[in-house]
Amino acid sequence: MQRGDYILKRTLFALLTVFVAVTLNFVLFRALPGDAVTGLKCHNCTIQFKTALRHDLGLDKSKWEQYVIYLKGLAHGDMGTTFISHKPVRGELWDPIKKTVAMIGLGTVFSIIFGIFTGVISAWRRGTVMDKLSVWTALAFYSVPTQWLGLMIVYFVADRVGLPHGGIQSPDYGILGNPGTYDFLVDRTEHMILPALTLGLVLYGDYTLIVRSAMLETLGEDYVLTARAKGMSNWAIVWKHGFRNAMLPVVTLIALSLGFVIGGAITIEYVFDYPGIGLAIVDAIDKRDYAFLQGAFLVLTLSVILFNFLADLLYFKLDPRVTT
Amino acid sequence: MSHVTTSAELAHDENAVEGSPDMTPGRRGFIKTTLLGQPQAIVGLVVVGVIILIAIFAPLIATYSIHEKTGPIYAPPSSAHWLGTDDGGVDMFSLMVYGSRVSLEVGFAAALVAMVIGGTVGIVSGFLGGWVDTLLMRITDIFLVIPDLVLIIVVAAIFGRHLINIIFIIGIIYWTSTARLIRAQVKSVRERVYVQRARSIGAGGNRLIFKHVLPQVAPLLIANTVLTIALAIFLETYITFLGLGDPSSISWGKLIENSFLGNAVLNDAWWAVVPPGLAVTVLILACTMVGQSMEDALNPRLKVGHLAVRRFRMRPLHGQLDSE
Repeated sequence: MQRGDYILKRTLFALLTVFVAVTLNFVLFRALPGDAVTGLKCHNCTIQFKTALRHDLGLDKSKWEQYVIYLKGLAHGDMGTTFISHKPVRGELWDPIKKTVAMIGLGTVFSIIFGIFTGVISAWRRGTVMDKLSVWTALAFYSVPTQWLGLMIVYFVADRVGLPHGGIQSPDYGILGNPGTYDFLVDRTEHMILPALTLGLVLYGDYTLIVRSAMLETLGEDYVLTARAKGMSNWAIVWKHGFRNAMLPVVTLIALSLGFVIGGAITIEYVFDYPGIGLAIVDAIDKRDYAFLQGAFLVLTLSVILFNFLADLLYFKLDPRVTT
Repeated sequence: MSHVTTSAELAHDENAVEGSPDMTPGRRGFIKTTLLGQPQAIVGLVVVGVIILIAIFAPLIATYSIHEKTGPIYAPPSSAHWLGTDDGGVDMFSLMVYGSRVSLEVGFAAALVAMVIGGTVGIVSGFLGGWVDTLLMRITDIFLVIPDLVLIIVVAAIFGRHLINIIFIIGIIYWTSTARLIRAQVKSVRERVYVQRARSIGAGGNRLIFKHVLPQVAPLLIANTVLTIALAIFLETYITFLGLGDPSSISWGKLIENSFLGNAVLNDAWWAVVPPGLAVTVLILACTMVGQSMEDALNPRLKVGHLAVRRFRMRPLHGQLDSE
């Protein structure tokens, strides 16, 4: 199949997925008993007031009309207003997402580098004590509940290494004059290291196992045998012939794991009181702010779909043999 | 947590599509070959067995009631309270013993739901082929990309807070990978000579499915279900930690949440934090070991190859879109 066909196909699939996610977002939240107005509690909320509010919000229209209005709004980037602070959801999402991206980025980069390194070494030296040790460590991190690992790190590690337990900036930050950019970055990074480490460790368990499996497969291919017969050094075989081919499944699986990365980030931010999108979601659950929850679900889902689409394209670039 | 399971399953998917002839050992030798031959599986089974026994005989093992204060708040471990007490003065050891019940219940029940739905969809899809197959597999492809942890939070926030709901939510979201795995296996079994013969004698669809296809697929379905148990237990702790659990039932996940909300870390009460997370980790690890070694034993392709110990090829999304 031609390159253009492949890209077209993946694009159509991504668009279909986006449509399903958007619809799911509508259906799920409309399945709630009552609507946004029913649960409203205030002193002057008379029945007349509620009816008027329903009319304002368009809740008295049929579900189909509501769905069309919802789609139109989304097309203009309108995700409604939050129940609690009555601000546009889009604006409320932006700031926490920036903080989360920084934290997730650090954690993911750490886990990918560390995971690839240990996975490759483990596959290379399979059957040895080092391999077993590596696999068992990875399995343990893979099985551990993310939130509990976070608690363990707060409890046993934070004080010993002198890093903060939580939050995003020190309580005394900015009190003594206006700190410079350097101090700002140092303070932010210090608060980011432990949450990122927690995420990184959980992901590292996964990635090592994936990389190891993929490497073992490629190391069993005939061209590896040929390379050995040619007298290439082990190092060159492992990195040039083994790893480059093993990258293919690894890229796809890492992209697919992104949903898990975000899920893990939610509990980690809760544990570390890190004010990213995860903490905002926990807060929204607590306050039953479904408008915010809906917006967050949509944005997170769409970004995961986007990254998977990019991984599909990357996959094609890495392996021109892909035919479907 | 979710995607390593997926990766292994996807691997099978591909294998089965390529169709290695004797994937499944004789039915009688199933337990022998898959479980008892491997030390990993035996260790895993023993651990799971012990935890099940603890859950069954919980009232005999627990030393105190878990509904009343039996000691001071956050009392350290002593001969009276083996694991100390929690923030309400309740005996931690007894809580842990009773907690095993709910965690196992959720794990097994949710995995059962996923097995029934995923198994049915997989068999129907693989056996019928055609547009039914295309449609069902397109749906599973889409659900593979939508971030499951975020979805589960939203669904649990809307429908949940009762144990039964949580079980169904987990089961209904996590049937897709089972369906893909089973579908691929059914597709290969369907083409085998003995099934063709049975068909030519005039065996009907139901008879073919229940007499000839299902028994061949069953071991793989069971192995996959064991892995889903591990996933479900993990998810229960996840949902509960975010405050979406059943408030009236004590699970290990609930104990982790309690230790967090009760500031056990600040109170230096490691005995309230460490045991529940450790127990969950051990249980998940044991289930993963059993499930993984069953899958390995059922898949001889993992044993071939002149350099590789494990050998599989992963092309998750590709090849699924073009259903033959």
